[in-house]
Amino acid sequence: MPDFAVPSAESDLKRADLKGLGLTGRALFPHRHLLSIADLKPWEIRFLLDEAEHWAKSNRGGARKHDDRLAGMTQINAFFENSTRTLLSFEIAGKRLGADVVNMAAATSSVKKGETLIDTAMTLNAMAADVIVIRHASSGAVALIADKVDCPVLNAGDGWHQHPTQALLDALTIRRRKGSFEGLIVAICGDVLHSRVARSNMLCLAALGAQVRAVAPPTLMPPEVEMLGATPYYRMDEGLDGADVVMMLRLQNERMDGAFIPSPREYHMLYGLTPERLAIAKPDALVMHPGPMNRGVEISSVVADHPERSAITEQVEMGVAIRMACLDVLTRGAREVEGWS
Amino acid sequence: MNIPTNKEGLGMTKLAIINGTLADPAGTETGNGIILIEGDRIVATGDIPVPADAQTVDAGGLVVAPGLIDLGVFATDKPAFHFGGITRAALMPDQSSPLDDAGLIRQATRAGKPDFWVHPIAAATRGLKGAELAEIGMMQAAGAKAVGTGRQWIADSGVMMRVLAYASGLGLTVITHAEDSGLTGKAVATSGETATRLGLPHAPACAEAMAIARDIMLARITGAAIHFRLVTTRAGFDLIRAAKAERLKVTCGISPAYLFLNDQAVTDFRTFARLSPPLRAEEDRQACLAAVADGTVDVITSSHDPRGPEDKRLPFADASPGMAGAETLLALSLNLVREGHVSLCRLMTLLSANPAKILGVDAGSFASGSAADLIFIDPDMPWIVDSAKMAAQAGNTPFDRVPVQGRARRIMKGGVFL
Repeated sequence: MPDFAVPSAESDLKRADLKGLGLTGRALFPHRHLLSIADLKPWEIRFLLDEAEHWAKSNRGGARKHDDRLAGMTQINAFFENSTRTLLSFEIAGKRLGADVVNMAAATSSVKKGETLIDTAMTLNAMAADVIVIRHASSGAVALIADKVDCPVLNAGDGWHQHPTQALLDALTIRRRKGSFEGLIVAICGDVLHSRVARSNMLCLAALGAQVRAVAPPTLMPPEVEMLGATPYYRMDEGLDGADVVMMLRLQNERMDGAFIPSPREYHMLYGLTPERLAIAKPDALVMHPGPMNRGVEISSVVADHPERSAITEQVEMGVAIRMACLDVLTRGAREVEGWS
Repeated sequence: MNIPTNKEGLGMTKLAIINGTLADPAGTETGNGIILIEGDRIVATGDIPVPADAQTVDAGGLVVAPGLIDLGVFATDKPAFHFGGITRAALMPDQSSPLDDAGLIRQATRAGKPDFWVHPIAAATRGLKGAELAEIGMMQAAGAKAVGTGRQWIADSGVMMRVLAYASGLGLTVITHAEDSGLTGKAVATSGETATRLGLPHAPACAEAMAIARDIMLARITGAAIHFRLVTTRAGFDLIRAAKAERLKVTCGISPAYLFLNDQAVTDFRTFARLSPPLRAEEDRQACLAAVADGTVDVITSSHDPRGPEDKRLPFADASPGMAGAETLLALSLNLVREGHVSLCRLMTLLSANPAKILGVDAGSFASGSAADLIFIDPDMPWIVDSAKMAAQAGNTPFDRVPVQGRARRIMKGGVFL
């Protein structure tokens, strides 16, 4: 790595600035895998966002969206936990880049023992995958597999730990709507404790210079959440006050049964995003949700479907662009792109 | 040092160990002296003349100490125990078939003999399920030396009270795991920065003190002797200090991992550092060192639990807890002497004399009549822990690649050199 000054989180670096720092080729993103936002420097996050902008444009460019730079490469989506939209998003991203995409859906019940997990990793490796996308219900499982394979691994969600592409697509959505992150107040609301989306987003947005708030009932707030770059709020109204972005989290069905909150209706009363509550945030506050939504629980339909305020479908759209960018960048070494081998 | 074959002559062999630095658990500092052995027993120790008919063994200046007695191991792993200078171990009832039956206890007592003695801990409840009393009396007759709740706390206070009362009637100590199971649930880490960052199910450290508080109250009303196998938090030690001041029959132990590692050791999802109870915050680690220094801790155990890749090469929360600790027990504990927390004699009390007392066995002492289980320690010998080359059944140590000092150079078990 060349000697360079570390850019501050506040300066909204453009790509030209990165080149000004002497970063080119692999130095722009010197990682083999994408496992956690915690591994990324602010300028590396920006680089991925910039790359994704290109794909966001081309994805909107009419009927023909193909770019065959990954032609001949095999992308395996190994999902050990159920998923519809993330799997679909990665599949579309891979196919638009021309990769041969194969999906492996292994229910956690049938792949429970660890040796089987390692064995599965070895099997995928032996099939000469060029990039592997993994989702698993256990924190750290994706890193465990990444250790055993020869190709880049993309974490599509591991337990409560990380979901880096979700944070990147959220950041891209926010940047496109708000222009920059500096001073932006982002309230991440709901089941923060069990949420990999929240963990990745808190780290990502704080690194980009936003003021991040974690808003949750005390039973769903992780201890020492400040360490992830967020300020904890236990009352929704206080957390929403003056917010530029309101990011709602999905409340898993299994948490609704009285163990963490008394009932879905009480949760909706105290923490649900209703039009009245949204009015506490800034008048142009953006509403986001990683999906799938529990309408009437964490978010009311009026808010979710708001034509100007809701960015929820745009998040899905940016998801494909971000995943294309990640797949492209991580395979540049193997494709011997100049400056990346 | 020269070592006689012990095979010469018949009848009782008389051995005199000379030129050793004696680390007598009953003493305050190490000193010179001889140890006189007849058969498998120590007959005299100290500044005494060497009998004319005794063979002499020159210890060559090594530290001579009672063999370590490891209070609470999960496997009978003789090569690891011998490497670590451990001559006896109390076996936890958590075996593939829980030790809740006299036959299983009898079998366990025979597993290591003659050169290693296993003292099984009887399961307090049938199948370790925490509901019905196991046949503790019959297991005692078969060789059980204590009663244990196993890896789990007994959640039902009524059951725990009856376990304590019944065991006290038999003169057995109850060895318990101190974590309130309602709080711990499926937790695999202590609440705090590391668990939050890694997204691991976690429980607050006070789960330990809550369990200890209840069990001390039950020990008070039943008059039973209770031993908390692993205490790892400041709040837990505070309760135990108070109980000891009250002269309740309360003792506690710890293993070196909690003295030398904090919860940051699980960073990067290192499953070798997944222990039960989980590693604690730095503040609690400091409290553990203080509790060793001020005498609150009675026992240091390896909590030896060798686990192969099938249990450890897994996502963190799916991996089994436990570490292979027998080989590193002595060397890591000697750090406590080097760092000035305890004297060498006191360390031998923690590693040998106190476990013997809790189990009620004649060992862990230089007194006349005590078993001639001795180790000859080079306290300064440097070596590096290597998980790939361990004597244990598995190399799951969180101390991999750590340089340590101190090895047992020779072991004598029941008057016979191994």
